[in-house]
Amino acid sequence: MKILVCISKSPDTTAKIAFTDNSTKFATDGVQWIINPYDEWYALVRAIELKEKDSATTIHLVTVGTADAEPIIRKALALGGDEAIRINADSNDSYFIATQIAEVAKQGGYDLLFTGKETIDFNGSSIGGMVAECLDMPYIALAIKFDLEGNKANVTREIEGGEEVCEVNLPVVISCQKGMAEARIPNMRGIMAARTKPLKVLEPVAADQLTAIVNFELPPAKAGVKLIPADNPAELVRLLHEEAKVF
Amino acid sequence: MPVLIFIDQSEGHIKKASLEAISYGVAVAKQSGDTAEGIILGKVTDDITALGKYGLLKIHHIDNEALNHLDAQVFTHVIAQVVEVVKAKLVIFSNNVDGKSIAPRLSVTLKAGLVSGAVALPDISNGFVVKKSVFSGKAFANIAINSDIKIIALNPNSYEVAVAGDAKAEVLLFNAQVAAAKVKVTNVNKVKGDVPLSEADIVVSGGRGLKGPENWGMIEELARVLGAATACSRPVADAHWRPHHEHVGQTGLAIAPNLYIAIGISGAIQHLAGVNRSKTIVVINKDPEAPFFKAADYGIVGDAFEIVPKIIEEVKKVKGVA
Ligand SMILES: Cc1cc2nc3c(=O)[nH]c(=O)nc-3n(C[C@H](O)[C@H](O)[C@H](O)COP(=O)(O)OP(=O)(O)OC[C@H]3O[C@@H](n4cnc5c(N)ncnc54)[C@H](O)[C@@H]3O)c2cc1C
Ligand SMILES: Nc1ncnc2c1ncn2[C@@H]1O[C@H](COP(=O)(O)O)[C@@H](O)[C@H]1O
Repeated sequence: MKILVCISKSPDTTAKIAFTDNSTKFATDGVQWIINPYDEWYALVRAIELKEKDSATTIHLVTVGTADAEPIIRKALALGGDEAIRINADSNDSYFIATQIAEVAKQGGYDLLFTGKETIDFNGSSIGGMVAECLDMPYIALAIKFDLEGNKANVTREIEGGEEVCEVNLPVVISCQKGMAEARIPNMRGIMAARTKPLKVLEPVAADQLTAIVNFELPPAKAGVKLIPADNPAELVRLLHEEAKVF
Repeated sequence: MPVLIFIDQSEGHIKKASLEAISYGVAVAKQSGDTAEGIILGKVTDDITALGKYGLLKIHHIDNEALNHLDAQVFTHVIAQVVEVVKAKLVIFSNNVDGKSIAPRLSVTLKAGLVSGAVALPDISNGFVVKKSVFSGKAFANIAINSDIKIIALNPNSYEVAVAGDAKAEVLLFNAQVAAAKVKVTNVNKVKGDVPLSEADIVVSGGRGLKGPENWGMIEELARVLGAATACSRPVADAHWRPHHEHVGQTGLAIAPNLYIAIGISGAIQHLAGVNRSKTIVVINKDPEAPFFKAADYGIVGDAFEIVPKIIEEVKKVKGVA
């Protein structure tokens, strides 16, 4: 069994969101970078759990990013990947990123591809489906549970107001979210081992960029909270009904 | 360049998010002087012709058993056939489960740039620029789509449903090639009767301040009288006080209801990331320093166990219900 896990780098969940260069760039000063939580907690950890059940499994990690993504991919290796591949390119356009990942997947002949549900900075929820289409593989988005039975995967995915249980034969692309696995932290042995694990750097293949970021905007500041005395909840209900008109 | 709108259904019923996508698609078409057409897959029990009242006058229906459950690969190739026949230059999805599954695949098949999570009509004054939500609702990005064919996946609750008249839509049976599904759906578990959280107009949410699962009766009662869905903070789901699908926030569901009522939730930044697109936020917390008050429109500083039952009684009075 060969698994490819897509790892992206994202700003820490508490990072201050601000922009520079005429609002065209995210202000990275003082920002801590982490493995995108969905990629780490759910995609990677589920892959590691599968490997723990079947030691014949190998896990490769792939990231599309410039050299500053290396600490992130090393951290992912410390958690448990066997080998990592970095495609040395800026990661701006989803189609471009997906094309790069699909190329790696074609070369590696993987049985299973995991992505996170979404990146917490771009919120695209796109890469997994795009990669699947490039590879002509089935795709199950927003998986909350994943188990293998030989060549068959049993997957539970989120749907509006519930969940759906599906079966699919490998190879398949899965986007992972909460429920897939229990979060864990890297241990010292993993961190030491990660230093000697292979990290290949490949140049990107030619691919179009179908979209481009023009600029960013921050939402307008809230007017400030209107506080209602605790002994007068009727006033809150009146305001919601007559002023905000929300029910 | 006709605009093609994907109409989403579940068990034969058209989803509310699709009505938003239709209104959005019709408005985009009007903006550029084009026509809007719909596409709907699988068995539908709702009256499709009634969608005409949103200004959508032509709908392609592919009623094939293989399309009753979602296999993104199969759906994508059916939609691509319709795109080709109607020569659509823009395809609109709702950015819900189906949209997130299909739109990216269609993007590759058609080599059409995709913006998912759109929150406003495109700006076509200089190219084609779509505003989308980024950083989990903490900012927006304007994204230019440079390809000939374009795809937009509209965030639920971001665009107002607009009734255009009382015309009936014409439903055309489209003869598409439908491949066998590779994803076999074996079981569907829906929370029956409840409003799905992702589609709810009003959400009542509880946090660790409620002390334990046994205290959720008043949360459910408030939700019932308001016709709302219930949600919770992450530690509440982690402690199994509430089911996981109710967890909202950075790592849970991101929602944008008209009204979000947060009870006994501190308002950590990761929680806000999932709810800050709500139109009106009400916070009930006994700590005046709780960070949530900074993101709120209305607030009451006080004990939820005293305040919430009174709110329930007041809502009942206003709505005239028991
Ligand atoms: C990477 C990461 C991702 C995360 N993702 C999420 C996420 O998606 N969603 C999420 O919710 N959290 C998330 N968290 C956790 C988040 O940081 C907070 O810990 C969490 O939101 C706190 O939940 P809470 O507000 O219910 O509990 P607490 O922080 O314990 O707050 C309880 C609140 O209840 C109030 N209270 C107590 N008693 C009463 C009473 N009788 N009446 C009224 N008020 C009362 C208190 O004043 C307090 O403000 C994430 C954390 C990390 C690090
Ligand atoms: N630059 C990247 N390199 C590798 N994987 C990525 C990259 N960007 C996104 N992904 C993967 O695709 C998922 C969805 O990303 P997105 O479509 O941007 O929301 C992420 O959770 C990652 O698993």
